[in-house]
Amino acid sequence: MNRFAGTVNLRELLRPVGQMLVFSLASSVVLSLIVIVLALIMDQTVVGETLLARSKVSLLTYTLVNLPQVILDGLTIGFVYAAIALGYTMVYGVLEFINFAHSEIFAVGAFVGVELLIVLQIYGMLEGGSLIGAYTWLIIAILAGMIGAGLLAISVERVAYRPLRGAPRLVPLISAIGVSFFLQDAIRLIESLTTGQFHRIIPTFGNFDERLTFGQIPIGDSVIALGIQVKSIIVIIAAVLMLVGLNYLVNATKVGRAIRAVAQDRATASLMGIDVNRIISLTFLVGGALGGAAGVLYALKFTRIDPFVGFFPGLKAFTAAVLGGIGNLTGALLGGIILGMLETFSGTYMSAFTMGAAGAEYKDIFAFAILILVLIFRPHGLMGENVAQKA
Amino acid sequence: MEKAITFLKSVPALLTRGYAPYFVILAHILVGSNWVYASPRSTIAFIFLLTALVGIYYFRVNPLFKALAISILLLGVMPILGLRNIFYLEVIFQISVFAALALGLNIVVGFAGLLNLGYAAFYAVGAYLWGFFGSQQIYLLNETPGTAPVGTPFFLPQDYFYLFLILGAIVAAVVGLLLGLPVLRVRGDYLAIVTLGFGEVIRVLANNLDKPLNFTNGPQGITPIQRPTLAPEFVDGFNNLFSGIIGSPVSSGQLYNVLFYMLSLVIVGIIIVVARNLEDSKMGRAWTAIREDETAAIAMGIPLVKMKLAAFAVGASFAGTMGVLVAASRTFVSPESFSFMQSIGVLVMVILGGIGSIPGVIVGAAVVTILNLQVLQGLSLYLSQLRQSDAVIPLIDFAWRDLSTQLDPAKYQRLLFGMILVIMMIFRPAGLIPAERRRRDDADQEEAKTE
Amino acid sequence: MKRLSVVLSVLVLASLVLVACAPASGDGAAGGAKVIKIATQSPLSGGQSNVGVDIKNGAQLALEQLSGPLTDMGFKIELAPFDDQANPDIGVANAKQIVSDPAILCVVGHYNSGVQIPSSEEYHNAGLVNVSPANTNPRVTDRGYLEVNRLVGRDDVQGIVGANFAQGKGVASVFIVHDKTAYGQGVAEFFKQEAEKIGIQVLGFEGTEEKANFDALTTTIINSNPDLVYLGGMFDQAGVLFKQSREKGYQGMFMGPDGVDSPELVNIGGAALLDGGGIYYSTVSGPASLYPNTAKFVTDFKAQFGADPAPFAAQSYDAMAICLKAIENVAKSKNGEMPTRAEVTQAVRALSNFPGITGTFTFNGVGDPTSSQYFIIQVKSADPAKWSENAVVQTLDIEPPSK
Repeated sequence: MNRFAGTVNLRELLRPVGQMLVFSLASSVVLSLIVIVLALIMDQTVVGETLLARSKVSLLTYTLVNLPQVILDGLTIGFVYAAIALGYTMVYGVLEFINFAHSEIFAVGAFVGVELLIVLQIYGMLEGGSLIGAYTWLIIAILAGMIGAGLLAISVERVAYRPLRGAPRLVPLISAIGVSFFLQDAIRLIESLTTGQFHRIIPTFGNFDERLTFGQIPIGDSVIALGIQVKSIIVIIAAVLMLVGLNYLVNATKVGRAIRAVAQDRATASLMGIDVNRIISLTFLVGGALGGAAGVLYALKFTRIDPFVGFFPGLKAFTAAVLGGIGNLTGALLGGIILGMLETFSGTYMSAFTMGAAGAEYKDIFAFAILILVLIFRPHGLMGENVAQKA
Repeated sequence: MEKAITFLKSVPALLTRGYAPYFVILAHILVGSNWVYASPRSTIAFIFLLTALVGIYYFRVNPLFKALAISILLLGVMPILGLRNIFYLEVIFQISVFAALALGLNIVVGFAGLLNLGYAAFYAVGAYLWGFFGSQQIYLLNETPGTAPVGTPFFLPQDYFYLFLILGAIVAAVVGLLLGLPVLRVRGDYLAIVTLGFGEVIRVLANNLDKPLNFTNGPQGITPIQRPTLAPEFVDGFNNLFSGIIGSPVSSGQLYNVLFYMLSLVIVGIIIVVARNLEDSKMGRAWTAIREDETAAIAMGIPLVKMKLAAFAVGASFAGTMGVLVAASRTFVSPESFSFMQSIGVLVMVILGGIGSIPGVIVGAAVVTILNLQVLQGLSLYLSQLRQSDAVIPLIDFAWRDLSTQLDPAKYQRLLFGMILVIMMIFRPAGLIPAERRRRDDADQEEAKTE
Repeated sequence: MKRLSVVLSVLVLASLVLVACAPASGDGAAGGAKVIKIATQSPLSGGQSNVGVDIKNGAQLALEQLSGPLTDMGFKIELAPFDDQANPDIGVANAKQIVSDPAILCVVGHYNSGVQIPSSEEYHNAGLVNVSPANTNPRVTDRGYLEVNRLVGRDDVQGIVGANFAQGKGVASVFIVHDKTAYGQGVAEFFKQEAEKIGIQVLGFEGTEEKANFDALTTTIINSNPDLVYLGGMFDQAGVLFKQSREKGYQGMFMGPDGVDSPELVNIGGAALLDGGGIYYSTVSGPASLYPNTAKFVTDFKAQFGADPAPFAAQSYDAMAICLKAIENVAKSKNGEMPTRAEVTQAVRALSNFPGITGTFTFNGVGDPTSSQYFIIQVKSADPAKWSENAVVQTLDIEPPSK
């Protein structure tokens, strides 16, 4: 039950950064090798010939040339999943409970942040300002999203989960599903009362949409400009900061020790003078705030949000959390990166490898297939310890 | 005052003793059916008539009389009233369909304690089974969706439908086994998520298997799907007998409503019998043991995986049969009908009615279906009427006209489902009509308290 | 314990009854005037409700503005909005409720062809006329029901119009994406067929339900370097996909069917959409410059509902207008007597050159508009407020393939 184990020192602060580098590198290398081998095998077959006839490029070249871009894209979406997964894993680590409503808490965070930016835009605060101004506003929006989502998470716990503590495991889960559905329509109601529409579009400001290009690669008739957008970099940096901060909070502070104690044994922790309810609320606050921040980042990256926006990212983030070993903070990050990579790899290459018979439409099935496989063959995930089920 | 209360308290007892209940039930049916007959569009009258079933269930009367009263109401009175307003037949048809689904899910969730969030997948399996074999789809495997040539023959004669009612159950059960085999080692809350994923996978497959070979016709859905034959002689005979009472001649299109209504009742009847017998069987007790304490169940020598698989297969088979029936009734299947929302809807029925309680989940199915089809829509229509009138809310002097259309209740089905789930879990986790065994448990506890 | 549950069940049922009786009593109260109701069916809840609600709102606006002549004849015209939840089961149940209400003489409705097709079987059985503002699936009218009419062009025609226009613009290769809905995939399939027929190389054909993250897809698109990216789908998906393609460096042309016709497209996508090959869409709903009433509709709609109309709201306005006109014609010929459903059904089909805000309508033998006008429109400004200034670059009159 050594969920949040670690020692208190500065190394604690930097350890996750190293882990992230290793994970990103390892998963990109492994997946790249897989597709390269596949490409080598299929290059001379009908698969390669089809591609050659269509795009005048061999399958191997096609695979190799696209790799850098696929890895960059995969990392970006992976970090988004990781940021959401942190919220699932925090709550599960402490309560052994799947907070199904986390996906809607994520959506609420996105709405709070975006609404704030929209208001700022209406008052002309976003226009013309310097880059520093733009970044400041973005940070404020993220903070607002964190606060909104965090407070919501606390209230949800207070109203819908706390009365059910001690009930059979499925009871709070069903309640959480209920909260999730309730919140979807509640967001919709509130958003549509003011404007008649319930989707929101994040205002364009700053240089977030710009793309930094590193080079041009010719391929067949086409030229690929390898690059990454400013907003993708922001997403990655923010996710890294969140993980570092959370890791520090849990492993290197007094509050963190209390959280770990409650996770380990609630009864004993309370005997040691820890206010268990407060710690659980705090866990939800932190998990919700991380979800809220992820929501604003998601809106920044993908522009448009609606009340149902949380469902699929939430499900995938949960998959990521399980893949990494739920309850394990580093595991959530690993799971997120792997899932994001896998999704982008499959989405990009599947069409070429199957001659167009199956393409991007099966991208979502990949996530679920992974989830099912992991739960069957390694239910404690890649980094989790094999823990017996609490009665 | 005291006396009045004692008297009121004794009323239910008076009504349930001797011959009184027989009269109450008969009067209820008589008054209700006349009322619905006189005003065929009154929702109150219809619901009043439906409550007769609740009365029949609760009053202590001769089982034979119960069976008789139920069959008179459902097989005799209802079709005739329903032909005067086919919406009622549709409501009961959907209640039956969802009752069957809820009973199936109840076996998995209620009896064996395994939360399945992708239950609509099995429903989809049944629907697509008849959708594929009961339509022209088999000849269209190489056609792009939406370009079916005119005059393609049907693959099977339409009366194979009855065979497929059974095949649907078998195939869905096999799919249940195939899913169950790998995932049942997963523990409770993970299982919920895995089944959710599985449900989505089935829906995505239905949506995407239009290439390389066009099995499901993708998002366009398969149509037309055949219905069983309805002999013209039968339609004529029916009209000779009943068109006088109904008030107008009945077309074969309308009579199909009656046919599917009857079929759904028969299937639900069979399912209730099966579920009841399972509950009291050795297997049912094994499920209870697994639900209450898995470790203890293993210690008692209960074959865990086998029993869980059985629950999955039986639950799935109910949904499979109903899938076939619905595909034929609608003459159309498309992936939209099998969304996550559908699975949650069935779960809400089980939770609301009472996990593990057979009468409970049926009531749950009825309440949720009526809520969804009649009440929410009815309220929205009513609000819309008010909005088009000059009426004003008294006291606060607010014109209905100015009420935002965003507040239409019909739009907030998810909100309602969510609230039902949370409220039931917090205040009444056993449901409206708790399962027998739980009731006994509660009684024991109360006794223990008084001691 | 048992008694408690009885009481609870009775309470639940009683509250159901109380609640359900409200609309029933409403029916009774209207005994005085001759009440005619027109129903709408569209998804008012769930993910597609943004369009569904505006279908209802468009119809409501038409009813409020155009029911004058009927009101003068002593009728009371009411809107009966139903929520089909984009779900065939609910749609069919609603349809049965609609046909069992004799006051309902016309149905405006359905957004999803998947819901319209089974529901209209019920309208057909009951002889109740259905004017569809949005269903483009060929099967909707190919069944040849007298009761089913639609205002929009068919998927097969829109795809063909689009492909031919693209060829005229010198497009030699295309990458086709669709949203895996009956509508989007339908248009895309027909675009693909026509493109292959007239010699445009189809470099890819992908369906995706994704609404946000198109990174994998855009990489594939860039690789195949098409002259045109065609999306069979709606504006919300189109905006995001097109934006992300531009961000990845795609400089070619974009095109879509009428589902992308919404100012939200540029609101989501921004100015980059107009770079390079620009962005076009095919539509049957005429631009404001050709149909001055459309501009008034947009203004009125915004004034009443606080937001720009979603796609199909204008068509829904016309569908309601056609229902009202048909009922009015029948009522006039009967000297103000209550029209029957059969008469209204005939009257809708008999309308000729009905001037709507999205075109002039005459229905053919199966209920398709004869000779729909199809427009190819180029988006001219990244400012959502200037959406109505988009330019018509080509106008085509095409008869539907049906007779």
